[in-house]
Amino acid sequence: MNAANAPTAAPYTTIVGLEVHLQLQTRTKLFCGCSTAFGAPPNTQVCPVCLGLPGSLPVMNRAAFELAMKAALALDCTIASFTKWDRKNYFYPDLPKGYQISQFDLPFSSSGSLEVVDPKGTFAPRTVRIVRVHLEEDAGKSMHDDTAGRADSRIDLNRAGTPLCEIVTEPDLRSPQEARAWLNELKLLLEYLGVSDCNMQEGSLRVDANVNLHIPEASGRIAKTPIVEIKNMNSFRSVERALIYEVARQWEEWQQTRAELGTMPKQTRGWDDPAGVTRAQRHKEESSDYRYFPEPDLVPVTVSPQQLAAVRASMESPPKQLRQSLQSQWNISAYDADVLVNQGRDLVAYFETLAAQVGGGKVASNWMQQDVLRMLKERGGAIADFPVQPAGLADLIARVTAGTFDTSRAREIFAEMVANGRSAADVVGAMEIAAVGEDELRDLCRELLARNPKIVADVQGGKEQAVAGLIGQARKQNANVNPGEFRTMCLEMIRTMGR
Amino acid sequence: MQPAELSAVDIVAAVRQGDLSAVQCAETFLSRIEAGNGSINAFLNVDREGAVACAAKIDARRRAGQPIGPLAGLPVAVKDVLCTANLPTTCASKMLEHFQPPYDADTVSRLRQADAIIVGKTNMDEFAMGGSNENSAFGPVRNPWDLSRAPGGSSGGSAACVAADMAPVAIGSDTGGSIRQPAGLCGITGLKPTYGRVSRRGLIAFASSLDQIGPMARSAADCALVLETIAGHDPGDSTSLVASVPRYTELLEQPLTGVRIGRVPDHFAEGLDPEVAKGVEEAFAVLKAAGATVLDIRMPHAKYGVPTYYLIAPCEASSNLARYDGAHYGRRCEETAARKGSRASNGAIAYDSPLVEMYCRSRGEGFGPEVKRRIMLGTYALSAGYYDAYYAKAMKVRRLIRQDYLDAFEHVDLIGGPVSATPAFKLGEKTGDPLAMYLVDLYTVAANLAGIGGISFPCGFTKSGLPIGFQLQAPALGEPLLLRASDRFQRLTDWHLRRPKKSVR
Repeated sequence: MNAANAPTAAPYTTIVGLEVHLQLQTRTKLFCGCSTAFGAPPNTQVCPVCLGLPGSLPVMNRAAFELAMKAALALDCTIASFTKWDRKNYFYPDLPKGYQISQFDLPFSSSGSLEVVDPKGTFAPRTVRIVRVHLEEDAGKSMHDDTAGRADSRIDLNRAGTPLCEIVTEPDLRSPQEARAWLNELKLLLEYLGVSDCNMQEGSLRVDANVNLHIPEASGRIAKTPIVEIKNMNSFRSVERALIYEVARQWEEWQQTRAELGTMPKQTRGWDDPAGVTRAQRHKEESSDYRYFPEPDLVPVTVSPQQLAAVRASMESPPKQLRQSLQSQWNISAYDADVLVNQGRDLVAYFETLAAQVGGGKVASNWMQQDVLRMLKERGGAIADFPVQPAGLADLIARVTAGTFDTSRAREIFAEMVANGRSAADVVGAMEIAAVGEDELRDLCRELLARNPKIVADVQGGKEQAVAGLIGQARKQNANVNPGEFRTMCLEMIRTMGR
Repeated sequence: MQPAELSAVDIVAAVRQGDLSAVQCAETFLSRIEAGNGSINAFLNVDREGAVACAAKIDARRRAGQPIGPLAGLPVAVKDVLCTANLPTTCASKMLEHFQPPYDADTVSRLRQADAIIVGKTNMDEFAMGGSNENSAFGPVRNPWDLSRAPGGSSGGSAACVAADMAPVAIGSDTGGSIRQPAGLCGITGLKPTYGRVSRRGLIAFASSLDQIGPMARSAADCALVLETIAGHDPGDSTSLVASVPRYTELLEQPLTGVRIGRVPDHFAEGLDPEVAKGVEEAFAVLKAAGATVLDIRMPHAKYGVPTYYLIAPCEASSNLARYDGAHYGRRCEETAARKGSRASNGAIAYDSPLVEMYCRSRGEGFGPEVKRRIMLGTYALSAGYYDAYYAKAMKVRRLIRQDYLDAFEHVDLIGGPVSATPAFKLGEKTGDPLAMYLVDLYTVAANLAGIGGISFPCGFTKSGLPIGFQLQAPALGEPLLLRASDRFQRLTDWHLRRPKKSVR
């Protein structure tokens, strides 16, 4: 096991592969014109097609296919020039046709990869290979009412037919932390491309994880524990926690049973978040035979090089590329670029506008990291709703650069701008902020030095930092005092006094 | 002349001229249905009120000088496998006994748009599975030529109602011969168009890659008239063809001079009834006399048609019929029965056994034996470990059969032959032997597997007075030639004008 991702060298290697289901951000469903909007009353966004009524036929939504192509291209997948649809047959009440239209042996894309880099270096950069990305329709939602003695189930088919991308990775991840970081990178990528809103709470992104352990034995042989599929995780944090739990559980079990891969059917375990444990689920799914066969109601899809080029041309740059271009164009650190990019496209746009207006990436980046992000976090909400636009902040920064006031004073002004949506000029005027003239400043120095002989003595004795005690007093008397200028002048005067 | 004896072409012309009111025409056929359906059982549902109201509107519009559609006033019977928003659609199954679709099938919309009058829904084999109409959950249809005999199937009700003058035109569906075979056994003309020529939207699926809707009428000219209305691309059916629709009725005049018709000697091998063979050979002679040349051709893979069909169709059916699970619509077993649960099998199933129990009971109660047989056949053939040996192999043979046709159509323009090996058989004669019943599709399934069009029309009668059918097949989108050749034949013969004896009717 790689030292970079194993702070405490474990006697095994953790092997993790992920299966991600992603709802595409289309206006309408994959095979009919019904809306995909979330949150409507049950069974109000349905038609004969997504209800699976007799005689209804699916018609492919080309926009969904193109969006799926974007996702696959962003994952460096190869797009098949010919792809078809297959039926996956199984009975469940939220699957109204008794089959799901999916892709079996000829998915529209395969063989991609996505790298995740941790700028803090807690693990080495990891490239995760993508086996395939395919498109399918979502099922409806079952809601089980287990109130005493009832056991009623209700079905909402609003979601039935929503386009879903299934992304299957190779088992290339080596720790729960990596899995979480990789999922964050994937989410960011898909959000940047406008492919999906990746909202796990609303079910637009669902993750299943396959995990087992490779355990080197004394003989040199590698023992492998049975692969467990973990389901029912509703946040990336849950994915990490579930994997941490499952790895420990498998290690424990291995020590007791020595059961190896292939000696039992693949197990599915559900993550119980409040309890913090995985629990074995019934074996029903494992034994199912989906009886895939080509969907006769749909024609195969062909993708020409021209269509592929058009999709490619319509794609925004992915986060990885953006991080690099921020670093080189604005001369900011990899870490800073990472922080900015991880906040999403709108924040990057805010930063770039700000940097262009203040004429420097570093100062803009500092303001972003220390002030804008902090305020955003405190206020909640998106950058789009932030009350101070880049031009307003640039104006404030320009005043600092011009020496009108210092950074700490600027922060107070900024807080006021954010709180009440006012401009810098407005706040400056209202707070009677103006640069303090040299004469005024000299008078203030003189007065304070006279009142604080001990500090004067300390400075003369070599403790220059003692002058800081005067700065607070000066600002109390005149909030507009520039601490830097005041400090310089005081030191200068003390030196003169000493002569 | 009585409207019941007029052709569809004549009815439409008479209504347009004002010589016949649409109401009078509808009333005539409705009365005939009311008088005859008790013995023939061709209709599952008759919409007297709706039909008369619709006819009255057409008459009013005509009198007011407003435009009327190309099929204005034409009564049409629709097989109960096509969805109708105003009438229940049952597929002759207990499963859908009370099912009311919320929409019209594309074909039904086009008929309404053309001002045709839908008089009712016709009986059929359950979910279109069968060749005798004995698989209907609502009783078999009887052949108007001999009430002790089957009309063929699965569009038996559609064929019988036209043969008995209960409707001038009916709509059928053909998955393996379900339009052509009953047309042949009932002495009418039935056209199965090229796959995709008519939209399948609203056609309750049996086998999606084989199903096709088509017209059934007394003559090829009447079929041409109806096809003009129901054919055409439908954006709601991805498999419907994007090809313009010819004016079929205007392409009938050209003589058959120079048209090459293939004859497959294998068709005349063992198993073909001698009277049928004689009728078919005489039909070739008529076509020759009309200017066509007849050439013997080989279709080396034709003999695999039935086994190939009986893998592909059940595979698709097993999936298409999965939606009838009692959860959303259609038949559901008694709640208390489902809740009893506990089928005492393995532990995994016991967990959700009320649900599984509901599925099993609802499907067990709702489907008839032939439907169950095909669901099981298809489920088995698609299962892991069998897929390659059955479904995948059948798809390969399907390609070979299609290739046979492509090769043959290098040399001939049409292929002729029998529709069925025998004339109409007795009710109950084959019900105990599913394999014998499957062989009624012997001459028809290949066209479905190849996706090409075929037409069946009467070419003679047996000594006992049963109709004999002749089939023509054409390359994809060859409907103009199919209709032209059939129409030419019908100009030279009068078999299609014969009617069952009044006493039988």
